[in-house]
Amino acid sequence: MPPALPLSTSRLLLERMLLIRAYEEKIIAFHEAGPFPHVCTSVGQEAAAAGVVSALAPQDQILTNHRSAGHLLARGADPGRMLAEVMGRSTGYCKGKSGTLHISAKELGVILTSTIVGGELSLATGAALSREMLGGDGIVACFFGDGAACEGIFHESLNLASIWNLPVLYVCENNQWQAYVHRKETMVGDHIAPRAAGYGIEALTVDGNDVEAVFEAATAAVAQVRATRRPFLLEATTYRQRGHMEPHDQSYVDPAEIAEWRAKDPIDRQKARLLAQGGLEEADLARLEARIRRDIDEAADFAAASPFPDPAELATEVYA
Amino acid sequence: MPLLTVNEAIGQAIAEEMRRDSRVLIFGEGTATKHPELVSEFGSARVRNTPLAEGIIAGTAAGAAATGLRPIVDLLFAPFLCFAMDELVNSAGKLRYMSGGQFAFPMVALAMTGGGWTVGAQHNHNLEAWFVHSPGLKVVMPSTPADFKGLMQAAIRDENPVLFFVDLALAFVPGEVPEGDVLVPLGQAAIRREGSDVTLVSYAKTVHTCLQAAETLAEEGISAEVLDLRTLKPLDTESILRSVRKTGRLVVVHEAAAPCGVGAEVAALVAAEAFADLKAPVVRITGPDAPAPSSYPLEQAFIPQPDAISAAARRLVALGLPVSAPGSAG
Ligand SMILES: Cc1ncc(C[n+]2csc(CCOP(=O)(O)OP(=O)(O)O)c2C)c(N)n1
Ligand SMILES: [Mg+2]
Repeated sequence: MPPALPLSTSRLLLERMLLIRAYEEKIIAFHEAGPFPHVCTSVGQEAAAAGVVSALAPQDQILTNHRSAGHLLARGADPGRMLAEVMGRSTGYCKGKSGTLHISAKELGVILTSTIVGGELSLATGAALSREMLGGDGIVACFFGDGAACEGIFHESLNLASIWNLPVLYVCENNQWQAYVHRKETMVGDHIAPRAAGYGIEALTVDGNDVEAVFEAATAAVAQVRATRRPFLLEATTYRQRGHMEPHDQSYVDPAEIAEWRAKDPIDRQKARLLAQGGLEEADLARLEARIRRDIDEAADFAAASPFPDPAELATEVYA
Repeated sequence: MPLLTVNEAIGQAIAEEMRRDSRVLIFGEGTATKHPELVSEFGSARVRNTPLAEGIIAGTAAGAAATGLRPIVDLLFAPFLCFAMDELVNSAGKLRYMSGGQFAFPMVALAMTGGGWTVGAQHNHNLEAWFVHSPGLKVVMPSTPADFKGLMQAAIRDENPVLFFVDLALAFVPGEVPEGDVLVPLGQAAIRREGSDVTLVSYAKTVHTCLQAAETLAEEGISAEVLDLRTLKPLDTESILRSVRKTGRLVVVHEAAAPCGVGAEVAALVAAEAFADLKAPVVRITGPDAPAPSSYPLEQAFIPQPDAISAAARRLVALGLPVSAPGSAG
């Protein structure tokens, strides 16, 4: 089959996924080296982040959750400032007040990150209301998990966004797990997308480990939301390849399930696709990976060398 | 006596109560995954994983409690209680009274909080006073493994909804915990150290901070009494008043913010009931009126430290009437 996307796009998607993976692996390496703050990594879910975020325009806004690194990095966030935030340093995106769990970067349009599962869904409704009432053609993309879709606020959010005609692209990363509970234990059926119909919202499920499929579906969905000013739900079926958080534990996970999904790793798939298409040589790939690793090493050095905030900052910025 | 961590002590209390009373059950997000030993002993009907949905977890517990079961629900981190507020406050807390006493809500809601894990303000919020402010609820926040067990047993046997807070910094701390019934009645404070010059009232991990401060003060000839409230509602007013009448000086310490907190309640009690016994103003040492920061040094600055407590006690002693001579107390 001829490649559906321009080669430059296919390579950009791979590059963004490699960056996310390298960042997460750096966090894993920190954990292996000694005590380090807990972090929820997105290893295995890079295609959903890279595919959707790459389909957005600069005027669009993103809301994300506790597993946010992929969304931030795909949007162009500085991995040094992200790692600094994880390490509680004053050079972090939130000056050390957030830590890993609630990193917002308003300058990039990544706003209102909440680690209250479902919190981002309600806030996205308000952000989209602003988009609508303040003009422009921007939309709001809201990332959430299959677990968040079990919270009541998921239903409340979709209902209101639908009856008020709000431009929200809901992006459910269905990674099969909700912390220590498999989604099979908590929901009827395998997918979140069918729930949208109850609220008159169009929805689509896409192979979330195929970055090009995600990108194409997201591009169409973004265009539709932008044009119709109506919500849309895109569900990316994917897998959390590691435990809920680092230091990681998968003792409660069926090893066969892990193996099955490792074989569908989104990065391996995109590499294989590009190599097979002749869009990339092994040597290019090696150079690209080495460059990304070097960038992440430099980011980590920057973060580790950054100062902690002054304790005088403790009670600042509480009120506007 | 066996050494157990706080988490193990809670687990032991729950297992013993489930053995004792077949109406006791436990559920929450990941409860069955995290407690395979309870699943294998009591079965998957009495130990359940739930969907990720605090409102329905708490609401199911309240509905079940009023109709014959005795649920324990694990709501994980205290800020997640916000999604369960209606069910806990409006239903479990009020429907007994509003029904003219027709229903009771024998249930326990577990939640973790407190600094030390650098998890930031959506996982760490000492919001226990919110529930003290809500009628019909009891609130427990222990400081030792044995008390975690004893108060959990008492909470499960109580006929009222009990909010049971676990200070995260204590979760893995080991201590001696007896096997079998070690019921600690709700509403009873414990004197952790006797003293005659100043009373340090606290609960949860800052009890240990007060004990450290008392140690320093003792070296300077100031005798501090440390009172561990253990239960925030009902409050053991008698123990507080007895101690303050003896020492005449009071420092209340908690990690939760000062405005309308437990310290304010204790200070008001003492002002109303023991005004004449006070030799100095009441002082509160608390966390700031700010969300809990994640960064380690900021988080440490958030938590009351021994030096601040001993400095406050020293100031009160310097301000007030002379320190009592040994043996003259009371
Ligand atoms: C309201 C609330 N309840 C519980 C948690 C604890 N928690 C954090 S992430 C998580 C699992 C979330 O699952 P899902 O939405 O599928 O996202 P995933 O972690 O799989 O990306 C849980 C239970 C929380 N942060 N907020
Ligand atoms: Mg999930």
